[in-house]
Amino acid sequence: MTMKIMVAIKRVVDYAVKIRVNPDKTGVVTQNVKMSMNPFCEIALEEALRIRESGSASEVVAVTIGPSHSVDTLRTGLAMGADRGIHVDYSASLYPLSVAKILTKLVQIENPGLLILGKQAIDDDCNQTGQMIAGLLNWPQGTFASKVVLDKEKQVATVDREVADGIETVCLNLPAVITTDLRLNQPRYATLPNIMKAKSKPIKKFTPEELNVEIKSDLEIVQVTEPPKRKAGVVVSSVDELIDKLKHEANVI
Amino acid sequence: MAGLVQRNPRFSKLNDDDVRYFEGILGAKNVVQDEDKLVAANIDWMHKYKGSSRLLLQPKTTEQVSQILKYCDSRSLAVVPQGGNTGLVGGSVPVFDEVIVSLSSMNKIISFDKVSGILVCEAGCILENIISFLDNEGFIMPLDLGAKGSCQIGGNVSTNAGGLRLVRYGSLHGNVLGVEAVLANGTVLDMLKTLRKDNTGYDLKHLFIGSEGSLGIVTKVSILTPPKLSSVNVAFLACKDYSSCQKLLQEAKRKLGEILSAFEFLDGQSMNLVLNHLEGARNPLPTLHDYYVLIETTGSDESSDKQKLEAFLLGSMENELISDGVLAQDINQASSFWHLREGISEALMRAGAVYKYDLSIPVEQMYNLVEEMRSRLGNTANVIGYGHLGDSNLHLNISTPQYDDKILSQIEPFVYEWTSKHRGSISAEHGVGLMKANEIFYSKSGETVQLMASIKNLLDPNHILNPYKVLPRSLIS
Ligand SMILES: Cc1cc2nc3c(=O)[nH]c(=O)nc-3n(C[C@H](O)[C@H](O)[C@H](O)COP(=O)(O)OP(=O)(O)OC[C@H]3O[C@@H](n4cnc5c(N)ncnc54)[C@H](O)[C@@H]3O)c2cc1C
Repeated sequence: MTMKIMVAIKRVVDYAVKIRVNPDKTGVVTQNVKMSMNPFCEIALEEALRIRESGSASEVVAVTIGPSHSVDTLRTGLAMGADRGIHVDYSASLYPLSVAKILTKLVQIENPGLLILGKQAIDDDCNQTGQMIAGLLNWPQGTFASKVVLDKEKQVATVDREVADGIETVCLNLPAVITTDLRLNQPRYATLPNIMKAKSKPIKKFTPEELNVEIKSDLEIVQVTEPPKRKAGVVVSSVDELIDKLKHEANVI
Repeated sequence: MAGLVQRNPRFSKLNDDDVRYFEGILGAKNVVQDEDKLVAANIDWMHKYKGSSRLLLQPKTTEQVSQILKYCDSRSLAVVPQGGNTGLVGGSVPVFDEVIVSLSSMNKIISFDKVSGILVCEAGCILENIISFLDNEGFIMPLDLGAKGSCQIGGNVSTNAGGLRLVRYGSLHGNVLGVEAVLANGTVLDMLKTLRKDNTGYDLKHLFIGSEGSLGIVTKVSILTPPKLSSVNVAFLACKDYSSCQKLLQEAKRKLGEILSAFEFLDGQSMNLVLNHLEGARNPLPTLHDYYVLIETTGSDESSDKQKLEAFLLGSMENELISDGVLAQDINQASSFWHLREGISEALMRAGAVYKYDLSIPVEQMYNLVEEMRSRLGNTANVIGYGHLGDSNLHLNISTPQYDDKILSQIEPFVYEWTSKHRGSISAEHGVGLMKANEIFYSKSGETVQLMASIKNLLDPNHILNPYKVLPRSLIS
């Protein structure tokens, strides 16, 4: 059995960068800002690599959708250990439904047994793409995965999901969609030998047109603003003063 | 440590009138006598040096510092200037009952010129706060070090701290453009220029850079800061032997010259220590190695910088200078590589007692000392070597379960004699403090030290500033 795993990865503003809203309030500043792989996507890729290394899959294909610079992120994925890459070249804004449609097309071309994505990208925090693809493909889904166990014989993935009141365990018949949560694994680093190998790994290019996906959106961004600044705290000198403030200023007691 | 030093009987003992006088200048709140608060200020970062001061003063202005010193000078009260108290040579805490003058409340940024990148601030500003202030303005500090969360710019200037970026931006003698300092008799010296060039007479600000509070209290600093460049890359590498690390440095200087911003080194023993004692430490490489190097590049073009660095690393791998390595793919990974290097001091603290030596030694010979020390001490101690290889600066650290005079006598004076024989310095960047005041001759000639003593006598004739430290007790008593 030679199962293929497809992993979607996204290039985003680095997690550690302090985000700034652009002056005309239409988005955040991305020029001269460090861009990196979305941390949840790193986890998704790591999980795919571990499954391949355990012998349950034979190939990991990393996919990214975005402008030409996204290839850098794809190279990172290849350096982590993905076998090959697919870059869908598109420079304008993308929303989850368009991404889901593109990935659906690629799934139909590649026929993976498993599609793994991050539960969300840290730039727009949408948390929709995985679910939408599962809907479009009519595949079972295990979202917010904190543990994945694959039964090769039965073609079943058992997924622990982090839900509000604890862990829910679901069994998915393959092929299936899994989205990853933070605690699933700790992604590996890109070692020099693997960076070297990644240079000769193939990256296939597509455009949305070639995949017959029309990109349109019913969403319009009205305005982007910073969250309100937290007010500085005050030091109170006595319990009485604290109670007084809670009563009369904060109006909470 | 203080056991070897006698309290100088010429110094007065603090009395109630003194306290009342200080309260008059500073307000009662800034005159601290509370035992608990004094404990922290009496003990150094390593918990190795402990004084018994009963008074901590927290001035808010230069004028207050001046009044304090003038009074202490007239009363012969000894004083220890204190910044973030992260110094590693016992310089920042009292030896006996010296009055502690803390600069913590002088923590305002005074001005920042976005065109020239010149920052003027008070001495008590915490380095990390300055770093984040500058980050917002699109600039960086020319120095960075593991203690940034606590150390103050005044302390950095007073110790002429080196740190992680010296290889790129040079020492504080180049970056500090001006200093305001208060002399022992209360005179305020305004040398707070914001000029890059100023050749009018003797450049006296340099006396206060690295004199560890023995000549005056630094109250304000002006410093030249470089613009923040957008592309930073960090690689963590393994080398099979020390000579490969050294060759890698030579190559890096040639091939990464204009973007190289740090070249740090740690041996396998340092790595083990960090992995065992530092929270969140994780070996970035699949296996353990004998030597590691951290390389950072800083430049203005992400893709060409990365290409250049990758080409250098892959080439060095083919030449077998590097046996394995990882390249950070995001800032989080870069920070975790730095954490391994910067966390060594903290890991050492958790491992027990530590004898720290901060030495400048020509790069070729540097690691021989670590190996000799290892064979001297056998299995009585864990000898580790790390440091700023790019600046020929070795941090030799000897970790033992507890402080033990027998082990100390195996280490000293051997370590100083060895360093002196190889024409190195017994203090590359931490300073002399209490720890090495009597050892200064290993690195400086008699005539030079004599002139230092004359300068001390001129600026602080009653020797109230940071007594027992920096200069040998035979010259200054
Ligand atoms: C984890 C760690 C990592 C470190 N890494 C480095 C490194 O990479 N490079 C390096 O060079 N050092 C390093 N150090 C030591 C370094 O000397 C100090 O961290 C720092 O420069 C001292 O600043 P501070 O404000 O803590 O000064 P303190 O420790 O309070 O004082 C140091 C000395 O300066 C004097 N002093 C302080 N403030 C003033 C002032 N305003 N006016 C006059 N005298 C003053 C004190 O009397 C004392 O002699 C490290 C220390 C630690 C704990």
